[in-house]
Amino acid sequence: MSATAPVATRVWQRFTPRERFRRFVIYLVMVVAIVQSARMVEIIPEFLYDAPQQVQDLLTRMWPIAWSHYPEGVHEALVETIHIASLGTILSILMAVPVGLMAANNVVPNRTVNYLAKLILVSSRSVNSLIWALLFVAVFGPGALAGTLAIAFRSVGFVGKLFGEALEEANRGTIEALEASGAPWFSRLLWGYWPQVKPAFWSIALFRWDINVRESAVLGLVGAGGIGMALDTAMNLFQWPRVAMVLFAIFAVVVIAEIVVTQIRKRIL
Amino acid sequence: MAVSTDTRRVAFRTNPWGRAGWLLLAAYVVYAAGRLDFTWDRFVLGLDSGAKFIGRMFPPEILQPESLAKGLMESLEIAILASFIGIVISLPIGLLAARNLMPAWATWPARAIIAAARSFHPVIVAIIFVKAVGFGAMAGIGALTVASVGFIGKLFAEAIEEISLKQVEAVRATGASFMNVILFGVMPQVFGRFIGFATYQLDSNLRNSTMVGIVGAGGIGGTLFSAFQRFDYEFVAAILLCIIAMIMVGEVLATWVRGVFVEKGRVEDE
Repeated sequence: MSATAPVATRVWQRFTPRERFRRFVIYLVMVVAIVQSARMVEIIPEFLYDAPQQVQDLLTRMWPIAWSHYPEGVHEALVETIHIASLGTILSILMAVPVGLMAANNVVPNRTVNYLAKLILVSSRSVNSLIWALLFVAVFGPGALAGTLAIAFRSVGFVGKLFGEALEEANRGTIEALEASGAPWFSRLLWGYWPQVKPAFWSIALFRWDINVRESAVLGLVGAGGIGMALDTAMNLFQWPRVAMVLFAIFAVVVIAEIVVTQIRKRIL
Repeated sequence: MAVSTDTRRVAFRTNPWGRAGWLLLAAYVVYAAGRLDFTWDRFVLGLDSGAKFIGRMFPPEILQPESLAKGLMESLEIAILASFIGIVISLPIGLLAARNLMPAWATWPARAIIAAARSFHPVIVAIIFVKAVGFGAMAGIGALTVASVGFIGKLFAEAIEEISLKQVEAVRATGASFMNVILFGVMPQVFGRFIGFATYQLDSNLRNSTMVGIVGAGGIGGTLFSAFQRFDYEFVAAILLCIIAMIMVGEVLATWVRGVFVEKGRVEDE
């Protein structure tokens, strides 16, 4: 829009040319990326044609579900999965709280420390829980210890990021009041920040526990303990009715975890 | 919250229930750690082998450049295609699941589809897809599409349920058709948030596409897993660094795209 244009010919436009150009570039890049990916990705049509048949075959093999397998092969593993998820979450919170504090600029007013903390958080989130599990299985050997540490290290990024953001949103007033009364750093933290971020903290912890229950169910596929091991064993032996049983158990535990979290949230938060 | 009868004002009153809760939590940690057989000896032993492991990871070395490049490209392709297909599928499903616009006979099936798509971890879905369409990128795309439908469908439906119906009514009053009501009454209100979910999902699919390869569903995960099995730990380290770099770039791009689309005046985090 040039400023010299006569008033009558000026047309209202929602976006500036710069905005429109940037949006256009994004759309263009998206279309190119999708088309390129579709052309380059390896798709074998023959495999696609018989997919419905294969799925049907899978389902008939899974039926009837081997309910009797539950007490001998699934229950222990299921309990282990829940312990892995819970302990992993607790451990991750222990690690994430200091990193979250370091990431919040109003708690630690030092840009270098903030960026260092953010780097730790991003690295933790970038490596998938299954890949963390592979690493810890290589270090500690197969078992629940590797799984718990994988869950913990993976969750640090998530918990730390959200906790740090909650801290940064904390109201200055209370903290200034404490500062004025001469409270040391730790007291400001405990009596100034903590009461303000407490609801956010519990909500993050519960949310992550819910995610971790889902994640810990698959860690066993790489040998990191829990119900995934039962799944892996049953699949390797082609015992599909047992696979169905394990899948059902995972489904049930995930649904129960979600209900528990929603209920606690309703009551407490 | 109980009303305190104590007239004496106490700063920072202690909360006995809170303390009991912390104690209970500590007791649980001890019990669960015992059940999972965590012992100090094992931990120390692990630290020892961990030091050896990390020693072997450094310096990182790219042993098979082609396989690394191919794996990374494939992960990227899986993430892009799964996000695209997932968004295309989840738009109508999310719309059907919105309770303020649709009748109950439409929302229930749509909600059931979303719940089903969300109930299993992408890796488990990937296992089923590997069985259905064979090893390779197809299975990964399928698995992550399911995950995307669950996530975007749910959030999209929730976003539509929160819109202001006044604008919808205004568009309807002009005699607009159903499609026009959706296009001009609903979409402009949810578009910004929708871009948010979509970029978030692309980001999340990129992370997950590095993992589905472990069960044979294509992408860098397969390369990583085989490097692990051959004990090529220096290559493992190189692959991990590449994955982290790719995901960081993805995160920065996603934040930028969100910044371009989110209306001015709304505060976005850096």
